[in-house]
Amino acid sequence: MTVTLPISEEQAKERIATRIARHFLEQDRKLVINLGVGIPTMVANYIRGGNIFIQAENGILGVGPLAEGDKIDRQLINAGRQPVTETPGCSYFDSATSFGMIRGGHVDATVIGAFEVDEEGNISNWIIPNGKQLGVGGAMDLVTGAKQVIVGMQHTTKDGKSKLVKRCRLPVTGFGEVDLVVTELGVFTFEARRLVLKEIAPEISLKALTALTEARFQVSPGLQPMALS
Amino acid sequence: MSSERGMSEGTKLKSIGEAVSRIQPGSRIMIGGFGLAGYPEGLVEALAASDIRDLTIISNDLGSRGVGLGKLLTNGQIRGLIGNYYNWNPEVAQAYSEGKIQVTLVPQGTFAEAIRAAGVGIPAFYTATGVGTELAKGKELKEFNGRTCVLERAIHADVALIKACKADELGNLTYYKTARNFNPLMAIAATLTIAEVDEIVPTGSLDPEAVVTPHMFVHIITKRERE
Repeated sequence: MTVTLPISEEQAKERIATRIARHFLEQDRKLVINLGVGIPTMVANYIRGGNIFIQAENGILGVGPLAEGDKIDRQLINAGRQPVTETPGCSYFDSATSFGMIRGGHVDATVIGAFEVDEEGNISNWIIPNGKQLGVGGAMDLVTGAKQVIVGMQHTTKDGKSKLVKRCRLPVTGFGEVDLVVTELGVFTFEARRLVLKEIAPEISLKALTALTEARFQVSPGLQPMALS
Repeated sequence: MSSERGMSEGTKLKSIGEAVSRIQPGSRIMIGGFGLAGYPEGLVEALAASDIRDLTIISNDLGSRGVGLGKLLTNGQIRGLIGNYYNWNPEVAQAYSEGKIQVTLVPQGTFAEAIRAAGVGIPAFYTATGVGTELAKGKELKEFNGRTCVLERAIHADVALIKACKADELGNLTYYKTARNFNPLMAIAATLTIAEVDEIVPTGSLDPEAVVTPHMFVHIITKRERE
């Protein structure tokens, strides 16, 4: 089933990033978060105030905005190899310390993309076995170690297939690790390892969303319209 | 680096060429860096220009196609890779699927810790990372506090080629921003550690509080000639 939404792919990505940023800002406390490549990196654009510290696994706590022009230093990058800037109070450390922060449960949340998330909170986001990719990076460490695992992904693939699936078909990165999934169509949480819809986008009916989503989900009794702003 | 000054017998200061000549064919070589940040460019260029082959390269990634560490693969000098992220260099997946090289993927945090473990005399350790996934296949499992963990072995190397910011003449090292990454870990995990630095300063001029790698881990210090 294909649903044509009145928002573009770019708007969808912005919406996902904005909603996740809001999730952090609402907590109104000091947080250390790690942002994966793609939509997760965009979350940084919507974070205001000095309470949220971005950690990058290549060894920096206090990642600032992307560097431009003469601010570019090729020895100062994020884990997506983009040149970045420092924030006041920034620090550097080696990769073992960096993953010690992650594995040791000191990082409050990781925001990552995914190819698939299934009904049990399993996530596949490290490889599509097509012979063209060979890499895991820090994905397994992050989903296993971070206190909260937040997936920011578009609801469907480019072919319109649901990325929320009954059971992951691609190689799994972590089992039962996902806590929150934000797509352009809704906000889902895992409660007692069951997928629950908490918020729904204004453009879509519950019936249409259910039809578009392969994974079965419960609807929260307090279902809200998706918080956009 | 001038060839005379500071080159008395027993000194760790060597030219890039002398440093690379110490690498044997078939070695296991750790190379620091993350993407193109913090890798020892001069040493990698010299290794790529040499005929030293059959290497097992232990590194986070392999640069980009034909760039940085990628040159070693393009040149056919690599037999095996141990690392975690090769998606920036599509030549790796290609060479692997053609059966030209062996590749062992290790989750990045486990990879970092396994290198650290080798340096600090810990032969193996348990972690929850990767349990149940393809990367934990065939490895021993054990439960701790209700959580299943996988036994991961330390990763040691014959040679570590690392990049630091400053060295003093003894070999104490400081690092620069995210160019630090795996370098201090690899410095302690190899039989022979060769550090390429931007600047060599007199012993005593580095703030002891700023030293990240103490000199005892560093065997050779080298610096690129100014072009």
